[in-house]
Amino acid sequence: MKSNLQCLLAMLALAWIGPAAAALSVFATVPEWGALAEELGGDKVKVYTATNPLQDPHHVEAKPSLISRARGADLVVATGAELEIGWLPLVIQQAGNPKVQAGKPGYFEAAQQVPILDKPARLDRAEGDVHAAGDPHIQTDPRNIARVAGALAARLAELDPENAAYYQTRYKAFAERWSAAVARWEKEAAPLRGVAIVVQHKAFTYLIAWLGLKEVAALEPKPGVEPTTAHLSEVLATVQRQPVKMVIRAAYQSDRASQWIAERAKINAVVLPFTVAGDDAAKDLFGLFDDTVQRLLKGLQ
Amino acid sequence: MPKFIWLPGALALALSMPFPVWAASDADLAEIREQIRQLKESYEARIQALEQKLKDAESAKSAAAAATPATPPVPATLPASSTASGIAAFNPAISAVLQGRYANLSQDPSKFAISGFAPGGEIGPGRRGFSLGESEFAISANVDHLFAGNLIVSLTPENTVSVEEAYGIYTAAPYGLVPKFGRFFSGLGYMNEQHQHAWDFIDAPLAYQAFLGGQYANDGLQVKWVAPTDQFLEFGAEVGNGDNFPGSVRNKNGAGSGVVYAHTGGDIGASHSWRAGLSYLQTRAQDRQYSQLDLAGNNAQVGFNGTSHVGIADFVWKYAPNGNALQTNFKLQGEYFWRRESGDFTYDVDGALGLTSTSAYTARQSGWYLQGIYQFMPYWRVGARYDRLDPGHVDYGANAAYLDSPAFHPERATLMVDYTPSEFSRIRLQYGQSKTQAGMTDNQLFLQYILTLGAHGAHKF
Repeated sequence: MKSNLQCLLAMLALAWIGPAAAALSVFATVPEWGALAEELGGDKVKVYTATNPLQDPHHVEAKPSLISRARGADLVVATGAELEIGWLPLVIQQAGNPKVQAGKPGYFEAAQQVPILDKPARLDRAEGDVHAAGDPHIQTDPRNIARVAGALAARLAELDPENAAYYQTRYKAFAERWSAAVARWEKEAAPLRGVAIVVQHKAFTYLIAWLGLKEVAALEPKPGVEPTTAHLSEVLATVQRQPVKMVIRAAYQSDRASQWIAERAKINAVVLPFTVAGDDAAKDLFGLFDDTVQRLLKGLQ
Repeated sequence: MPKFIWLPGALALALSMPFPVWAASDADLAEIREQIRQLKESYEARIQALEQKLKDAESAKSAAAAATPATPPVPATLPASSTASGIAAFNPAISAVLQGRYANLSQDPSKFAISGFAPGGEIGPGRRGFSLGESEFAISANVDHLFAGNLIVSLTPENTVSVEEAYGIYTAAPYGLVPKFGRFFSGLGYMNEQHQHAWDFIDAPLAYQAFLGGQYANDGLQVKWVAPTDQFLEFGAEVGNGDNFPGSVRNKNGAGSGVVYAHTGGDIGASHSWRAGLSYLQTRAQDRQYSQLDLAGNNAQVGFNGTSHVGIADFVWKYAPNGNALQTNFKLQGEYFWRRESGDFTYDVDGALGLTSTSAYTARQSGWYLQGIYQFMPYWRVGARYDRLDPGHVDYGANAAYLDSPAFHPERATLMVDYTPSEFSRIRLQYGQSKTQAGMTDNQLFLQYILTLGAHGAHKF
């Protein structure tokens, strides 16, 4: 009786694992990691992206569709650094998929692979929506994408050893193209060095550090707190005192505050794609930075 | 790099301060102040030196990084993870919920009843005037590689402590199974699993109050299974002791209650998501007593022994433009309850009227609510809810000589507006017109605050 049951369970398990081995199923929390998994995994991976570029990846709920997709995933690729803290742990817990529990090879955090900036010195919610682990918006610096790519390729190979060589080849090709592209972007973006800008939400720390921009103010009085009239007036005064060129925001943010300040201070309001598919030009990771650099250069005029 | 070995010393000094100060003269005080000042200055200088060193190292590193743009992956030694050391590193996530309210009720809450429905659990609008709500204290963490644990303790305004939930989850189960054990809110219906502070109104729908005594919790075992399909399909089964209304405490070895349910859901485009479910609860009540008005106008003590079957159909639909709920969003939610109870019914259990009689009893009753919540601008939401119960058919058997089959339909209409300046605080104003007893309208006005401190909560769907 007992051995019969074990036999049945083993057969069930085999039936289960059988079709799953065809392609590695990847659950990416945000579009940039979905795009990166596709670059590295090619046709050996099937990628599902949990959020779209018009969503704030922090304010997502543990929706039924996310639970069912996490249930079948072989690998969860998250940003980490508390970006998905409100929903990913719950999704993983409810999905009943032991492969993608935190700490297992099937759980990958991009923020673990890069140096984190803006770690708050004072951890207090009175400071707004602060991230204890530092700024999680690491994808705005392409050098971080390269770092994550190396680790993600290694992880894909670990989970799917049969195709390890395939992932390695694709990674090498990607890294080469990427490093050439980064050099090109840096050359193109040279006029942006030292340019003073205003940000809507403090989400561009890495971009600013990469291109040598100068952030003089944020429209949100505290991270994650909607701009208030009083604070906007203060920012306006700051902007009028110095030669600020533009105010930048991500595609998912409301344009009202940016427009308000742009009109009064006579500066450009620039919407950045922020992630893959954030606008029509940002079709993939290369397009994302092509477009980001072009839009910033346009903001100079 | 030198360690901050002086820190414990400084702390110890600071801690020992109150004692010498107690008996110190002015001269002693001045001397101590001077010593502290010197200490502070010397440490500040050292900290500045260290900070400068750190800065130099960082700028050297970023210069190096700029020189070689597409750096190969750095080892995972620069993690975002916490660097707390020792035992503190394993501290679980801790949070507390603080609640309080002001209530203005036109009817005396001590006379609250839902006519035609047996009372049980925590029902009614609560007390008048200012009062503290339930303060909730929650601790959760992964126990080890096999289990996760969660404890939620509620401190009531009457200074009693109750364990709301205390359960373990086996996280390593295969085949998509999620076993949970201990005390937990049952997964039946939609709202039942949510804690009261996460509700969109201050109080539970009348159907929850009438059929489940507010919220159904159990001590027992739950197993959930998510199907390996793109369409969300979840099945759950629970067994428990069945102590809670509509069941009652019974001196029994086996399971006192059983619950099964199925949920499905998904997205329609980027802007819509939904979930729908069917649930069924079966439990038994033994000597479930309450007082009921009889045909002669006496308050008679009555008792029920028998089986209770509860069925629930629930759905929730959420809309947010492009899935971005930050600016505006809308949520529509409704649940339909149905209950059949059958067994023995005793009139005048305590013999106070000298008319004690037991007879067969069957009741088929139902109820529902529908509510919509609209966030019309960041931080601000408005909501409306309508509740209605159907007394259905109650067959008292021979006791029909003393008791009348109920005909009154209890109902309630509620409006609310709330302000949520961050994920951690909410202030709500609610007005309700409640007609739970014939000829009595209770106008209810509530002002409520909910503050959450500590660990970041989960965004439950």
